[in-house]
Amino acid sequence: MTDADKPARPAQKKNLFAQLEIDTRLLGMIGAFVILCLGFHFITDGRFLTSRNIFNLTIQTVSVAIMATGMVFVIVTRNIDLSVGSLLATCSAVMAMTQTFITPEVFGLGLNHPATAPIAIVVGIATGVLIGAFQGYIVGYLGVPAFIVTLGGLLVWRNVAWYLTNGQTIGPLDRNFMQFGGINGTLGETWSWVIGLIAVLFAFYSFWRNRRSKISHDFPVKPIWAEIVMAAITAVAIMGFVAVLNNYDVPRRRLQQMFEARGEVMPDGFTQGYGLPISVLLLIAVAVVMTIVARRTRLGRYIFATGGNPDAAALSGINTRLLTVKIFAIMGGLCGLAALVASARLSFHSNDIGTLDELRVIAAAVIGGTALAGGVGTIYGAILGALIMQSLQSGMAMVGVDAPFQNIVVGAVLVIAVLIDTIYRKRTGAK
Amino acid sequence: MAIDRNGTPLVEMRDISIAFGGVKAVDHVTVDLFPGEVVGLLGHNGAGKSTLIKCLSGAYQQDSGDIYINGDKVSISNPRDARRHNIETIYQTLALADNLDAASNLFLGREIVGPTGLLDDNKMEAETRKVMHRLNPNFKNFTSPVSSYSGGQRQSVAIARAVHFNARILIMDEPTAALGPHETQMVADLIQELKRQGLGIFLIDHDVHQVKKLCDRANVMKNGQLVGTANVEDVSADDLLGMIIAGKCPPGAIPGPGAIHE
Ligand SMILES: Nc1ncnc2c1ncn2[C@@H]1O[C@H](COP(=O)(O)OP(=O)(O)OP(=O)(O)O)[C@@H](O)[C@H]1O
Ligand SMILES: [Mg+2]
Repeated sequence: MTDADKPARPAQKKNLFAQLEIDTRLLGMIGAFVILCLGFHFITDGRFLTSRNIFNLTIQTVSVAIMATGMVFVIVTRNIDLSVGSLLATCSAVMAMTQTFITPEVFGLGLNHPATAPIAIVVGIATGVLIGAFQGYIVGYLGVPAFIVTLGGLLVWRNVAWYLTNGQTIGPLDRNFMQFGGINGTLGETWSWVIGLIAVLFAFYSFWRNRRSKISHDFPVKPIWAEIVMAAITAVAIMGFVAVLNNYDVPRRRLQQMFEARGEVMPDGFTQGYGLPISVLLLIAVAVVMTIVARRTRLGRYIFATGGNPDAAALSGINTRLLTVKIFAIMGGLCGLAALVASARLSFHSNDIGTLDELRVIAAAVIGGTALAGGVGTIYGAILGALIMQSLQSGMAMVGVDAPFQNIVVGAVLVIAVLIDTIYRKRTGAK
Repeated sequence: MAIDRNGTPLVEMRDISIAFGGVKAVDHVTVDLFPGEVVGLLGHNGAGKSTLIKCLSGAYQQDSGDIYINGDKVSISNPRDARRHNIETIYQTLALADNLDAASNLFLGREIVGPTGLLDDNKMEAETRKVMHRLNPNFKNFTSPVSSYSGGQRQSVAIARAVHFNARILIMDEPTAALGPHETQMVADLIQELKRQGLGIFLIDHDVHQVKKLCDRANVMKNGQLVGTANVEDVSADDLLGMIIAGKCPPGAIPGPGAIHE
């Protein structure tokens, strides 16, 4: 092949962000988030950006954020799922009953058996997948609009949960199960550093791999300084996050109890930070997997193609009906995971668990840049959206804003965020 | 170049009918296509040309009639079946996902995956650059979504997608409608090249001169029915226009069920 056959990719890039290949939309969202946090920090005289509050913010966000990643796929394909809060309740009820009744009494494993938590989790997620697939089947194969199917689901699954438990609160839950609830299960300082380091190395590796792959196809690559800047930013962000979580110390009394339980005496001046909560680790894992699915798998490509032009997708041989079933099944499975986190955080299953979560989840996805018209959305955007919503809510509570007024603000922010996004897209000519 | 029409046809669509509600969009139409042949489909707007070829591409299923490929009766119930028979289609609507870039559209449904089973986007982009360069050297816009392309650029992507995957049967529904004269000429050259490679091509086009230039035979449809079939050498452009507008079958053509009997 001669050089003339090999069209070169135009290399003229303009501004700094383009050189770093950072999505300006993401940058805008991060900017808004930072301003929000700094604002609350000053209003509350420095109580907002403390290790303790950041720790609490992250664990409060996990359940909604996990579901928001699935909602991205649902909305990208021009569907909606109004049933996620209720589905969470059903999954939570099933998991609670499995670990407090079925494994201890029916299987005779007793309480806090090591097999209990895994069994309960698998059963809960399977429940979510099955119900999600069922709703997806009605949407995809029977042609009932998703809005209607999941509006029905909103009522059905909330009350299925009620019937399963006779409306009773179920608890306390299995000890290992509760590790997924946030503060009840954290990695401690050392392991948090190790995980952070692994994450940094993995990020470096994927930067390097991507660069090598581009070079091998003769595509222009970022200047090496830009790669280094990006790598440095990534490393600082990851390690900084770990440092903050490690900086939140476990209270002395709790540490003493832990030592006593092991029959040891706590050394003087001993301190230990909480570190990464397992629930946050779970969210990060979900985010990574969902991002890979969205960007690097056929399934993800088909989801976005179908969202952009359903007819074109079908004419390209994509089975869009089956795709709908898969998307709702994924959404259901994520509701199961979110139910794990939410009920473990409460340490019991209650009737009203997940109430109004459908609205929070949809709002998180939409604030995160998922377009209801379909075809556009990112996983990290949805997670950031969930984080912004949670910060707003927590910050206002900290400032002492009245509860009704908090909701007024959250509602207004949702609309304004989408308005700004609409204007931004028009300006940049993006869809 | 003479085409051998004594053997089995590459494609034979026999007695195809399809109706939408009360509208008989295609009414007992029979057409065939031989290897290395370009067969034109002509007719007024709404004559049923697109609907007919959509039965072959798997977008629609005919209510009655059969499709034969190399003499074997086949059932094409979805676009995947059609692709399995190496039938590729450039749709009139182009059928592109606007939110994806050229490479994603070109490989849609046939993505290149690496050893891990994950998409190899860089490889797909590299291939796309090569194909597009042959078709439209001015095309540079590889990383932005198709929604930002001009009509002609979009059409180029749709053409590239149809010719990239070793088609044996190519369906082109008004492939040059949005192209400039230079790009139209490139498509004409491409059709000649594919013809030499032995592909069979159904070409839908409103320009009778273009059809006379590019096609070996032409079928004319009117109100869902076949007016007639003719070797393009045996009829004039005016004859073809007469078939399209009035449904009159000239002496050089074989009349179909839709021909007006005087
Ligand atoms: N999906 C559909 N539902 C209902 N009617 C349809 C459908 N597709 C086509 N038709 C009808 O079938 C008839 C033939 O349409 P078709 O698209 O095949 O025409 P055409 O010959 O391709 O016209 P054009 O030159 O404008 O592309 C028209 O009357 C059209 O309204
Ligand atoms: Mg047409």
